[in-house]
Amino acid sequence: MSGQSFRIRDKGRIDRSKPVRFTFDGKSYEGYEGDTLASALIANGVHLIGRSFKYHRPRGILAAGSEEPNALIQLGGGNKSEPNLRATQIEIFDGLEAASQNRWPNLKFDVGAINSVFHRLFPAGFYYKTFMWPASLWLKYEHVIRHAAGLGKAPPDRDPDRYEKVHAHADVLIVGGGPAGLAAALAAGKTGARVILADETADWGGSLLSESDCEIDGKEPARWVEESVAELEAMPEVTLVKRCTITGYYDHNYLTGLERVSDHLGAAPEHTPRQRLWKIRAKRVVLATGALERPLVFTDNDRPGVMLSSAVRTYVNRYGVLPGRKAVIFTNNDDAYRTALALEEAHGRIAAIVDVRTSVTCPLADAVRAKGITVYENHGIVSVQGSQKVSGVEVMQLDADGTGVTGTAKSVNCDLIAMSGGWNPTVHLFSQSKGKLTWEPEMAAFIPGTASQALASAGACNGTMGLADSLKEGLKLGAEAAREAGHKGRAPAAPKATEPAQGSLRPLWIAPGKAKLGRKGKHFVDFQNDVTAADVQLAAREGYRSVEHLKRYTTTGMGTDQGKTSNVNALAILSDVLASDIPAVGTTTFRPPYTPATIGAYTGRNVGKLFEPIRKTRIDEWARANGAKFEHVGQWMRAWYFPKQGETFRQAIDREVKAVRDGCGILDASTLGKIDIQGPDAAEFLNRIYTNAWLKLGVGRCRYGLMLKEDGMVMDDGVTTCIGENHYHMTTTTGGAANVLSWLEEWHQTEWPDLKVFFSSVTEQWSVVAINGPKSRAVMQKLCTDVDFSAEAFPFMAMKDGTVAGIPARLYRISFTGELSFEINVPARYGLALWEALMEAGKEYDITPYGTETMHVLRAEKGFIIVGQETDGTVNPLDLGMDWIVSKKKPDFVGKRSLERESMASPDRKQLVGLLTEDPQTVLPEGGHVVEKLKPQPPMEMLGHVTSSYYSPNCGRSIAMALIKGGHARHGQTLHVPLEDKVVKVTVTEPRFFDLEGERING
Amino acid sequence: MLHITCPWCGPRDDNEFHYGGEAHILRPATPEKLSDGEWAEYLFLRQNAKGPFLERWSHSAGCRQWFNVVRNTATDEIIEIYPMGALPKSAEGIKAYEGNWRRQSAAEKNAKAGVSGT
Repeated sequence: MSGQSFRIRDKGRIDRSKPVRFTFDGKSYEGYEGDTLASALIANGVHLIGRSFKYHRPRGILAAGSEEPNALIQLGGGNKSEPNLRATQIEIFDGLEAASQNRWPNLKFDVGAINSVFHRLFPAGFYYKTFMWPASLWLKYEHVIRHAAGLGKAPPDRDPDRYEKVHAHADVLIVGGGPAGLAAALAAGKTGARVILADETADWGGSLLSESDCEIDGKEPARWVEESVAELEAMPEVTLVKRCTITGYYDHNYLTGLERVSDHLGAAPEHTPRQRLWKIRAKRVVLATGALERPLVFTDNDRPGVMLSSAVRTYVNRYGVLPGRKAVIFTNNDDAYRTALALEEAHGRIAAIVDVRTSVTCPLADAVRAKGITVYENHGIVSVQGSQKVSGVEVMQLDADGTGVTGTAKSVNCDLIAMSGGWNPTVHLFSQSKGKLTWEPEMAAFIPGTASQALASAGACNGTMGLADSLKEGLKLGAEAAREAGHKGRAPAAPKATEPAQGSLRPLWIAPGKAKLGRKGKHFVDFQNDVTAADVQLAAREGYRSVEHLKRYTTTGMGTDQGKTSNVNALAILSDVLASDIPAVGTTTFRPPYTPATIGAYTGRNVGKLFEPIRKTRIDEWARANGAKFEHVGQWMRAWYFPKQGETFRQAIDREVKAVRDGCGILDASTLGKIDIQGPDAAEFLNRIYTNAWLKLGVGRCRYGLMLKEDGMVMDDGVTTCIGENHYHMTTTTGGAANVLSWLEEWHQTEWPDLKVFFSSVTEQWSVVAINGPKSRAVMQKLCTDVDFSAEAFPFMAMKDGTVAGIPARLYRISFTGELSFEINVPARYGLALWEALMEAGKEYDITPYGTETMHVLRAEKGFIIVGQETDGTVNPLDLGMDWIVSKKKPDFVGKRSLERESMASPDRKQLVGLLTEDPQTVLPEGGHVVEKLKPQPPMEMLGHVTSSYYSPNCGRSIAMALIKGGHARHGQTLHVPLEDKVVKVTVTEPRFFDLEGERING
Repeated sequence: MLHITCPWCGPRDDNEFHYGGEAHILRPATPEKLSDGEWAEYLFLRQNAKGPFLERWSHSAGCRQWFNVVRNTATDEIIEIYPMGALPKSAEGIKAYEGNWRRQSAAEKNAKAGVSGT
């Protein structure tokens, strides 16, 4: 096999007995189990991985972890395809298909790279400057920009994978399974506390897996990790979760984690989700999230082959691959010297170490020099050769203050640049938890300051960089956290750890080039969003002095990596221009998720049929069997209409509507909200809640009521019946049932707790069938012989108990159609039996089942409102012409005082009217705007809108209701409803269209 | 997500609860005696505090009971939970209650006059 020529023979934690084949941009490669896509590509000598966002510059692999800004990958095909994944996190499996992003036609020859030539056209804020005017063209610009400035592509259709959620509770949640995190888990676990330890990688140990020059208790660090994990696994209360990124830190120690359960297997095994969202509530949290290395900002520091120094060490020691055969190390601190030694040990060559510090004396530097490696002190890299892979650098001496270079340039051949600009503690979660950061001048970095939640930071994320100190801190804080969560125990003795000693760094935020900044080559700060040091300086000069403004203007830190490698560098460069301290300039806010998270995981199983529960009535089955079409009303499925063979929608509705007025129609009204109200103060309570009078309603009588909010606007309506002494049955709109119950509870519990009354939802306890029309009495009489149905004995708005088809029932003579009508309530389980008995008994009268559409037409013919259709929270009873239901005598009711404001009765409020179209066959669209003065095109002054509109077969024409400014005074006026393709002329009328005398209801 | 201890059901996630806004807004006993402006004090004006704030919650997906909470709106720390109809006992809660402009409002005076009158 020709591949893997950069594999190191005797290093790495990959399994050489398990070769894995994968493709990248269609070409097949081989790696080993345990490789990431990044390490496997490096093993094959592939360094050109993608093109940059704005300039389409060739980009390689910068890092070895989740902070990677460059090597973004589109993984897999079809609907399983996922964009913008970091090659450094993708574990390879057999058959993995990876593709580069943001290039056309291909990665090596990319047309978009022309942007790089015209880079002067793309300064900071170029979107704002270039595409600001004229606004009408923005849509066109946006289309082009979206196409050009691509990251990956979203899959075409719905996600076929399965995701799950787990709700977990912990005494101590430890984030990060490196030395500090493992130590914290050991200490907390030993107390018996319930511990969750999560790490975003596939392996425990964190940075320990990348080092070959340290020992813990005289052992290789990997051995200590193995033993510690074995110990933790034996603790019953400890849960270890690998491949789980803690993405968000929310209020009251609520954290979310995204576990990639089977992504590394290619396909999820049976009964295994692809990913799992952890929702964790922890009494205490120990953050052990480590630190991220900072890039140095030098000329063309984005070329493939420029890598973070610690990442080089990770590739060598953890994955056993050589990122280059001949390296230049560019650093401002001692840590990079460890990389030089690690490369040496792996038979790589070090061309030179370029150190910005003026004099370097430390044991590490001594060790390096002893190997004969050249160290250029007080030097910087001024140019990088090679565009698709580094081939060499030029090095020059820095001037006195480090802002320029002097002397002559020295050329050094190399194929790898390992850079180190110091470390940023990973304070993202700490910051998300609303903790305050402090600037640590020694490290030149932000570390956790004052916490605002029950958490502690251990190890590198706390600025504790040494191994021994990290272990000690982890143990101490782990034990402390367990103690604070109520478990007794002391921190175990810290193991003895040795590692090379390190000195201090020299912060040099921009390594000067040969030319003025921005003139020749680019000093990249944010690799993912292509923001350079010159952009940051320009933005500052243009007045973007607040870091939040700078971020948005330059887009620094706004990529999918949220600026993990760029934020502090950008901040430091900004503060240089402002001649201000870095802490005074401040930081931007870190927000969840820490790394991009799959939306599918947040959705979990709540998709498709499981998105929301569906509520069905007992008669649903019959309606389905009889060809009903359904509609959603809230969570309910309601029969919409019952078409007969060959009927159109309109034909079916016309037939149903006529049948109710001429004979007998039957409706399943079970979904209506029903609340049982009992107690000696029930009447008093209703009297305060409804606008009309309720104290004198007799037993067996019903009354229509309107409820207002305290601001005087209509909230709900319905019929409430006095069932017995101190016992009422309230009905609400189908959609408003839950809200009304909450509303009643709120007033009772918080305002009038002295009233003796209580409320129970009984919506589900009753099946309700409404039969309507002149023949409904005859049908009732056939099935119910123990009730006198004469108009005198059983008048409109009365209720009686009876037995219908042998079923005990409450009969309400109430009507939403304006027809003679009975609503029969039976215990829910008898619903279907009642319905079938009524259908049978009604046969001789051609009883016609109808659904919600016919119900709407019938009520609109009568001008009955539907709350939520004729009202929208800004409509009061006067607007609806319903003053008749507002008591003038009651001293108070909810909404009364607001309704008395002068403006509530203002004649130019939007008021409910009827609209008749000039052509009786034209049915207005609901929502259509009504205007008085027609203009050739919008904008026109709008008087209001159509709220309800139907064809009424009983009127032989279309009917509509509308809310119109000053509508009550406009009856008889001609107005216009301009539509897309025509203008409809309408006449304003009363909002009632049929049986204006209202006599049919008494039939 | 907040973790709220329902006085009846114990600690639960906040998605079981419904927020009810500022607590201790007494409904005027004789609203007709208030000017529109004074009525608006009751109806619309809210404290919008930064720091300890007295507010109402209801355990809407649980026992459906309402209760009062003293919560620091800047840190989301829950300082005290106490029943409807009671006043806060914590120092922060007492301070927030007494320091609220509403204590001097015409709407509240109207409400209190009504209570003492019955």
